[in-house]
Amino acid sequence: MIRLPLVLLFSAALFSIGVYGVLARRNAVMVLMAIELMLNAVNVNLVGFSQLWRDLAGQVFALFVIAVAAAEVGIGLAIVLLIYRNRETIDLSEVSLLKW
Amino acid sequence: MTAQEYAFSVLALLGVVAAVRVVTARNVVHAALYLVATLASVGAAYLLLGAEFVGWVQILIYVGAIVILFLFGLMLTRAPIGREALDNPGRLVPALIALAVLAGLVGLLLGAFGWGDPRVELAHAPTGVVGESLFRRYVLPFEAVSFVLLAALIGAIVLSRKDEP
Repeated sequence: MIRLPLVLLFSAALFSIGVYGVLARRNAVMVLMAIELMLNAVNVNLVGFSQLWRDLAGQVFALFVIAVAAAEVGIGLAIVLLIYRNRETIDLSEVSLLKW
Repeated sequence: MTAQEYAFSVLALLGVVAAVRVVTARNVVHAALYLVATLASVGAAYLLLGAEFVGWVQILIYVGAIVILFLFGLMLTRAPIGREALDNPGRLVPALIALAVLAGLVGLLLGAFGWGDPRVELAHAPTGVVGESLFRRYVLPFEAVSFVLLAALIGAIVLSRKDEP
């Protein structure tokens, strides 16, 4: 038996570490890794509540999130690779073409 | 605290420490390896909670596939190593924002549940039951997700292919 707040605290810590990573990192691959941390935090919540309410919908949804995360990483790394090929850098502060 | 709570706390501590190292490491490959530790501890937490299928999928997909993708991305982009090249100059503001998010989430969840009120029974959710639910009730979303994955992978191949002259 596990207290639910323990699970939720773990997930909240992972999520805020991910927020820090997204904001503080400049390397595009590092930012993608921090986004993975945030997606994992969401999955921890989904699985915890699924076990609490005895409802499998949470676990099925966590599986969908994992699949979409895999798609996101594939596309994201392809875009990063394309940026590197065109600009010789993946420093996000230099990829600011669309910034007002 | 029960024995399961101690085990979960140890796993969570391990995962959080490794996650902090993911976002602070100076070497990009070390960050990827710490990401393996975080993802594995999250997977072990799923197994401890009784969600065995999600736990093994986490180990297989995240540790086995996504981290390898990250390592390939790092190798193909030759990122410079060192704090100045990896991090934004001002790290205080992101740290403050992250702490504010953490404080908000903790306040919200402790306000909603209190410490120790609902307890998760560690019921075993066998793989067969999850599979039955996935392929009976959620078969349409499942097919939609598989199409999303297919489209994303084809898109990734098209994007990263070298253009023929």
